[in-house]
Amino acid sequence: MSAANADRSTATVSDAPAAGAPAEGSGRDPDAFLGLSKEECVELLREMIIERRFEEKAAEVYQVGKIGGFCHLYIGQEAVSAGSISPLRDDDYVVTAYRDHAQAIARGMTPNAVMAELYGRADGCSKGFGGSMHMFDKTLNFMGGHGIVGSHLPLAVGVGYTIRYRGGDQVCLCFFGDSVVNIGAFHESMNMAARWKLPVIFLLENNRYGMGTDFRRVAAVKELKDRGRAYDGLTSLDVDGMDVLAVRQAVEEAIERGRNEKTPSFIEARCFRYMGHSMADPMHGTYRTREEVEKWRSDDPILSFTRQLMDAGRLTEEEYQAIDREAKEIAEESAAFADRSPFPDSDALYRYVYSDGYPDDMRRRDAWRKELR
Amino acid sequence: MAVLTYREALNDALREEMERDDSIFIIGEEVGEYDGAYKVTKGLLEQFGEWRVRDAPIAELGFAGLGVGAAMAGLRPIVEFMTWNFALLAIDEVVNAAAKMFQMSGGQYNVPIVFRGPGGAALQLAAQHSQSPEPWYSYVPGLKVIAPATAKDAKGLLKSAVRDNDPVVFIESEIMYNLVRDEVPEEEYVTPIGKAEVKREGSDVTVVCHSKMVHQALAAARALEKEDIDVEVLDLRTVRPLDVDAVVASVKKTNRAVVAEEGWPMCNVGAQVVDDIQREAFDSLDAPVARVNGLDVPMPYAKNLEKLVTPNADHVAAAVRHVCYAD
Ligand SMILES: Cc1ncc(C[n+]2csc(CCOP(=O)(O)OP(=O)(O)O)c2C)c(N)n1
Ligand SMILES: [Mg+2]
Repeated sequence: MSAANADRSTATVSDAPAAGAPAEGSGRDPDAFLGLSKEECVELLREMIIERRFEEKAAEVYQVGKIGGFCHLYIGQEAVSAGSISPLRDDDYVVTAYRDHAQAIARGMTPNAVMAELYGRADGCSKGFGGSMHMFDKTLNFMGGHGIVGSHLPLAVGVGYTIRYRGGDQVCLCFFGDSVVNIGAFHESMNMAARWKLPVIFLLENNRYGMGTDFRRVAAVKELKDRGRAYDGLTSLDVDGMDVLAVRQAVEEAIERGRNEKTPSFIEARCFRYMGHSMADPMHGTYRTREEVEKWRSDDPILSFTRQLMDAGRLTEEEYQAIDREAKEIAEESAAFADRSPFPDSDALYRYVYSDGYPDDMRRRDAWRKELR
Repeated sequence: MAVLTYREALNDALREEMERDDSIFIIGEEVGEYDGAYKVTKGLLEQFGEWRVRDAPIAELGFAGLGVGAAMAGLRPIVEFMTWNFALLAIDEVVNAAAKMFQMSGGQYNVPIVFRGPGGAALQLAAQHSQSPEPWYSYVPGLKVIAPATAKDAKGLLKSAVRDNDPVVFIESEIMYNLVRDEVPEEEYVTPIGKAEVKREGSDVTVVCHSKMVHQALAAARALEKEDIDVEVLDLRTVRPLDVDAVVASVKKTNRAVVAEEGWPMCNVGAQVVDDIQREAFDSLDAPVARVNGLDVPMPYAKNLEKLVTPNADHVAAAVRHVCYAD
């Protein structure tokens, strides 16, 4: 039986499961924990808490001007990144959109490298060239961090193509938001991945809003997962994105399909972002009510998993407190590390435009900038 | 040396490179079973199979992005656009993804990819199918933009493009595929990216040009021999990076310049060349630089109007006389 129930209707505020309750109709034994050991479960929880505390720290330092530009926080969606990245192998691939700090950490990037990138420093994972929206780490097959809505889905398809081309059994996990189901790149990608049997897992994080637009106002389908139905060979399903084990089980099954049958999957994880779209936005704004935000917060993925583990005797209050303390320290240390890290030197400006050096004609056109001579 | 058409030279380049390196694959509309909309990929599906010669759906954005992702994962894709007009649907993947990935990732992900296909006007294809894409792409740091004029350069530069570790925009020409034929060395060779070539030496005026306009410039130069005007034809071959050294050296010799290209005048390659000349060779100029372009209108269908819009050898010759104060 699948945690992901293809027939379950899209959650609305009123039918969102209560905190701690197992996802209705998931078919999953809440006490079985997918066969994960106590340690593995605690590690999942720890991952989510580290992401949460990291983002809270990012919000704090953003307010005092340490971070520039757009900064999209992930708070509320931790079950999706932790649940989906944890079952990947090291040689699998991850591609994501601009709300990417948590996925980077879940994939194994150090919070220090992520925070330093937010600060625009030389020790950032993209050496200060990417910022919040463009986290990269080639050693982890973490391929960004992309800022144009929908544009990274074809990239994931290209990774899937490469896997098949070489006869490998890896998968490419691709995250994106609910606004993406309406853009052409989504359909072009699904079509090619399904037609050529490419092991791509399209993971839609349906947090219900694209900036201030409720997906129901702009998508001509009730169920976003139905957008995948047009493609033969693509398995489409939805899952409770506030339930880390449900996400994990759905993704584990998609990984199996990808490795064994080379087929793509489309998973709609229903979740919610607690904060505004970016740091520039208020928490609820005019497009959603305080009640709606509160309702979803009461189904918090960290709280409910914590309770689940405690109820099953897999976690004590003391252990939880220790994890939370550690997560706060990690977040603090990342900010301190970022503060200490140098700014990128101005020579670096010309280093990464072309891999074989910066052309002379281009340099000469910049020669009027005396400070660069 | 064998005489090959521009098309045959490109086909040879693709085949030789694909034989050399099995991480190279081609994706595009009609590249496989149909042998290519313009037959540039003729015979490749049969030789290399469908994973290396992939017929794509009509989804330019999708398969261009597929190429970028594959390049990031370690393959060397060649993305064929049936023509560059259709690549406008994919420009986000070329500009926002391919061109920026290396820097945005702090030097971790370079993107070894070639985007190629024919650009420029052909014969009475009207507004949406007749335009020169060079300026759109040469505006973008991170891209290399190549537009060869001869079969020999087409082959040598395509081989270089495929071996390059950065994204290359490679602009061919429907008109030249068959009409242009010249001697191509039998032995292995590559032509360096970013190097212009003097296609005809002369002492009175430099005509800076690329792609089809090289042939118009050569025709103008032959015609002007009778008037005792000795024209140097400098073929840029690559428009980004641009061989400013070659331009400046030639202008310092001739003291006069005409910049000729097929497309619209505003913000085009020639506009940049004029700036490079005035910045680096101002004191050598005996006359203001003249420009030859297509007229600044969408291409009309009617034969007489298309002819009026399109720059030709007479236009180049007139511009040369003008900078020689001989008109
Ligand atoms: C093609 C494109 N159009 C518009 C934007 C501006 N924009 C950035 S994020 C966003 C909303 C995206 O929402 P969603 O996909 O649901 O992701 P979420 O922010 O909820 O994670 C918009 C409109 C963009 N980055 N790219
Ligand atoms: Mg959203």
